[in-house]
Amino acid sequence: MKNQSSNTVFDVDTIRKDFPILSRTVNGKPLIYLDNAATSQTPQQVVDVIVDYYSNYNANIHRGVHSLSQEATDKYENARRTIQQHFNAAHAHEIIFTSGTTHSINLVANGFASLLNANDTILVSALEHHSNIVPWQMLCEKTKATLKVIPMTSEGDLDMKVYDELLLLKPKLVFVNHISNALGTINPIEEMIQKAHHVGAAILIDGAQACPHIKPDVQKLDVDFYVTSGHKMCGPTGVGMLYAKESWLHKLPPYQGGGEMIAEVTFEKTTYAGLPHKFEAGTPNICGGIAFGAAIDYMNSIGFEAIAAYEHELLEYATEKMNTIEGMRIYGPKTNKTSVISFNIEGVHAYDLGTIVDKLGIAIRTGQHCAQPIMDFFKISGTARASFSFYNTKKEIDTLVEGLEKAAMMLR
Amino acid sequence: MNIETIQADLIDEFSIFDDWMERYEYMIELGKSLPMIASEFKTDDNIIKGCQSKVWLHAELENDTVVFTADSDAIITKGIVAILIRVFSNQSPETILKTNTDFIDEIGLKEHLSPTRANGLVSMIKKIKMYALAYQTQIGL
Ligand SMILES: Cc1ncc(COP(=O)(O)O)c(C=O)c1O
Repeated sequence: MKNQSSNTVFDVDTIRKDFPILSRTVNGKPLIYLDNAATSQTPQQVVDVIVDYYSNYNANIHRGVHSLSQEATDKYENARRTIQQHFNAAHAHEIIFTSGTTHSINLVANGFASLLNANDTILVSALEHHSNIVPWQMLCEKTKATLKVIPMTSEGDLDMKVYDELLLLKPKLVFVNHISNALGTINPIEEMIQKAHHVGAAILIDGAQACPHIKPDVQKLDVDFYVTSGHKMCGPTGVGMLYAKESWLHKLPPYQGGGEMIAEVTFEKTTYAGLPHKFEAGTPNICGGIAFGAAIDYMNSIGFEAIAAYEHELLEYATEKMNTIEGMRIYGPKTNKTSVISFNIEGVHAYDLGTIVDKLGIAIRTGQHCAQPIMDFFKISGTARASFSFYNTKKEIDTLVEGLEKAAMMLR
Repeated sequence: MNIETIQADLIDEFSIFDDWMERYEYMIELGKSLPMIASEFKTDDNIIKGCQSKVWLHAELENDTVVFTADSDAIITKGIVAILIRVFSNQSPETILKTNTDFIDEIGLKEHLSPTRANGLVSMIKKIKMYALAYQTQIGL
């Protein structure tokens, strides 16, 4: 597989054949998987890579001179380069393997603990996932720095006027997600990055929801930190990455101590290994890292432009169809969003809705989506969320709409 | 009424349905007919928060039996709440403490009592038992 977008016509039926799970049944009905924003499904090509690893070259990396260890190390480092190229990082050692977005964020937050003091301010957007709020709260508790929130407008966009005002406080750090998981809002990160740098702030972008749909260029963005998870982009769970500019990786202290991350150890003093190993203590998720690389190859073989265009078509189709349901309310922006629909049907609790459509084989997410502040903003206890991926079809959306209508009839 | 009889009645009532939709519709009906908890008891103190749905539970002792009233914001949860109330309310603390919820499995609604479902029902059962224990101590039975 080559790491480039292909020009082949987008054929969803052929693509679906890559995903064995899509042909199973749930509660006696064909599975319709619309919880892609929580985790994506895994194509056979990636499953094969996982099986190949454990069947043929499972070994610890960076430690052995024996052939298996060398093979595993080569594949692991190749995956790092695949990720580097995909995100267009300047160096492979700017890609740190982590267990996922949450781990990546904690790694940075922990590093900043030694760089902040009580006079400092950090900004976080109101659209964040809990995993992008709690580590900063903990950081502020530790350093006594102040946490300020960039609020939302009633449309579900970030309020850029208030952002400008908050930047006058000269924050040290800004944290914002590229795309919101609860609403699908695409944030204007280019502008936010530029403005943050203008006042000397570093900025971390949480790309967990963006990377399944678009291909970010970290150099063009000029972003300081960019984080994501493999399991949202056709890869396995338990692996993700932190991109950080080399200069930041030198400035930040290591997150965890252990094997792999040291150069020399005596009881008096340990010197740390160079990048990226300084941040990769212990035996990593070797197979996961290699499979993450394979997942990126797989997505590139379909092509991100083709993916985005098709998903946009699905989103428009679903929005129109779902709006025909009586009492439908869709939250968040109308345009400038990815293929996520967060909604409620008047007089029906989201939990009930999710329970009934599950009986019909349809998987949607219900609840607060780890984004309680957003739910509080709309004064609701939760929403139902259907999120579409490039392997979903319009026919599945028709079935969803029928299912929602049936559920609403039962529940009202 | 005897707690075993109530359970047998419920299993019987649900056994006439052969598909899940009818079973759910009946459960939803039971939920809708659940006597409302008095608004003065629908307080934050009486709330059991699951992250998906909420349950309110209030208990009172009447003639040595425990009377439960309850509510939920989700109608399916409320249906199960109604079933639990029908079984456990108006029973002696001793009976409540020695009765389990296996009848829910027999009705075919087991999935709703899974601790990972976060709908508040598992905590509700725990609370029912805690009330029973407290009243048992109070009346010294
Ligand atoms: C925007 C966003 N940030 C962070 C996370 C957390 O990712 P993970 O659980 O893979 O660490 C998610 C996952 O739902 C997310 O959507």
